[in-house]
Amino acid sequence: MSNAEVKVASINDEALMSAVRAGDESAMGVLYDRYSRVVYSVALRVLGETGAAEDVLQDIFMQLWRNPGGFDSRRGSLGPWLAVITRNRAIDVVRKRHPETDISDVVVSVHPDMVGDAERNRAMEKVRGALNGMPPAQRIALEMAYFEGLSHTEIAAKTGDALGTVKTRIRAGLLALRKVFNP
Amino acid sequence: MAVHEQYAEDLALYAMGSLTGDARAAVEKHLRECADCREELELLRGDMATLAYSAAGSVPPRRSRQRLMDAIQREPRRKEAPSRRTWWAAVPWFAAVAMTVLAVLQMSQNSGLQRQIADLRDRSDTQQVQLQRAQEVVATLTATDAMRVTLVAAKTPPQPQGKAIYVRDRGSLIFIASNFGPLPADKAYELWLIPSKGNPIPAGVFKPDARGSATVVNPPLPPGVEAKAFAITVEPEAGSAAPTSQVIMLGAGE
Repeated sequence: MSNAEVKVASINDEALMSAVRAGDESAMGVLYDRYSRVVYSVALRVLGETGAAEDVLQDIFMQLWRNPGGFDSRRGSLGPWLAVITRNRAIDVVRKRHPETDISDVVVSVHPDMVGDAERNRAMEKVRGALNGMPPAQRIALEMAYFEGLSHTEIAAKTGDALGTVKTRIRAGLLALRKVFNP
Repeated sequence: MAVHEQYAEDLALYAMGSLTGDARAAVEKHLRECADCREELELLRGDMATLAYSAAGSVPPRRSRQRLMDAIQREPRRKEAPSRRTWWAAVPWFAAVAMTVLAVLQMSQNSGLQRQIADLRDRSDTQQVQLQRAQEVVATLTATDAMRVTLVAAKTPPQPQGKAIYVRDRGSLIFIASNFGPLPADKAYELWLIPSKGNPIPAGVFKPDARGSATVVNPPLPPGVEAKAFAITVEPEAGSAAPTSQVIMLGAGE
């Protein structure tokens, strides 16, 4: 990593967001460099089409620029928050509906070792491991709900499982991911 | 933390945004009343973020960044919107008003000071970002270990080249030289700003390194001078106040 990259990497998200609130475009560029891959990857996973994923990517960062106050650094970290609102926005696109949740109402509690880049990469491996380790029916229910935006009723209709079973699997799947970081 | 079990599964669906109708309304009503379940909702969204990261790995097209920056530049400049507050959050404040005017005055002063501190912090953070960006640019331009590459037409031997970037109103100048030949120890190259009117103005003395590269960053120049051209001569090592030899390189503004 060059000295310049080290310097940019040392600017924390809170400082960058303050600069964005003051109208600093270059700070927005740094945030884009930092989080565009996560935002794009999540949108692409949900939408399955690069053009639509790129549109969501633009949309999310424009929203951050227009309404930086929508993110409150006292209530969570920027990366996970972006990941969640990206997933929600992409699902809205799939469902062809207007955004249902005000982004400033989305509060994301982050596992402590998800904040830095290196930690996040390690966490990604852990999450993928946890998904692979889940009973297939649980993983499928969780991924259908999360990445396809299907309701438990729709999942039950597709899989033939009881509604209650699907609900239990979705929650149990999320809790299993939490346990990866809090064994 | 005690999550109410009757809401536990619906909370997960609510976090996913897939709860509708009466079930959604019931969860929202309960969330307004239950701090534990609000905390659990935040944790569930943390779990969702974790799950989102399992999808990471794709790289957006290169054009996306420029598309975003272009779109930002087209946006009207805006001021920060005030943070949203719900009406009930103001109730204690009104109670304080009723109790004592002094408390209000103190609160008002406090609030003003906090705003000033927040403004100063925002300004300081912005300046920190701008300063670091500027330092990065200068560090790259002046790094002794920087790779300097001059692209020329194929099969053309490398020619001495100089690139001057000049901002008149700031009197700011960056000059980058490449493929310059070596000079005797007591000589140096001198850059000159040729103004529209008047004599050439010294704009920095430099000696190229072993690879023929050199950089001049912000030599002392009077601000506001209209530059007709830039020129280079060979001068004594300490530089000259006026050119003492023939111009060996010359370039006019584009």
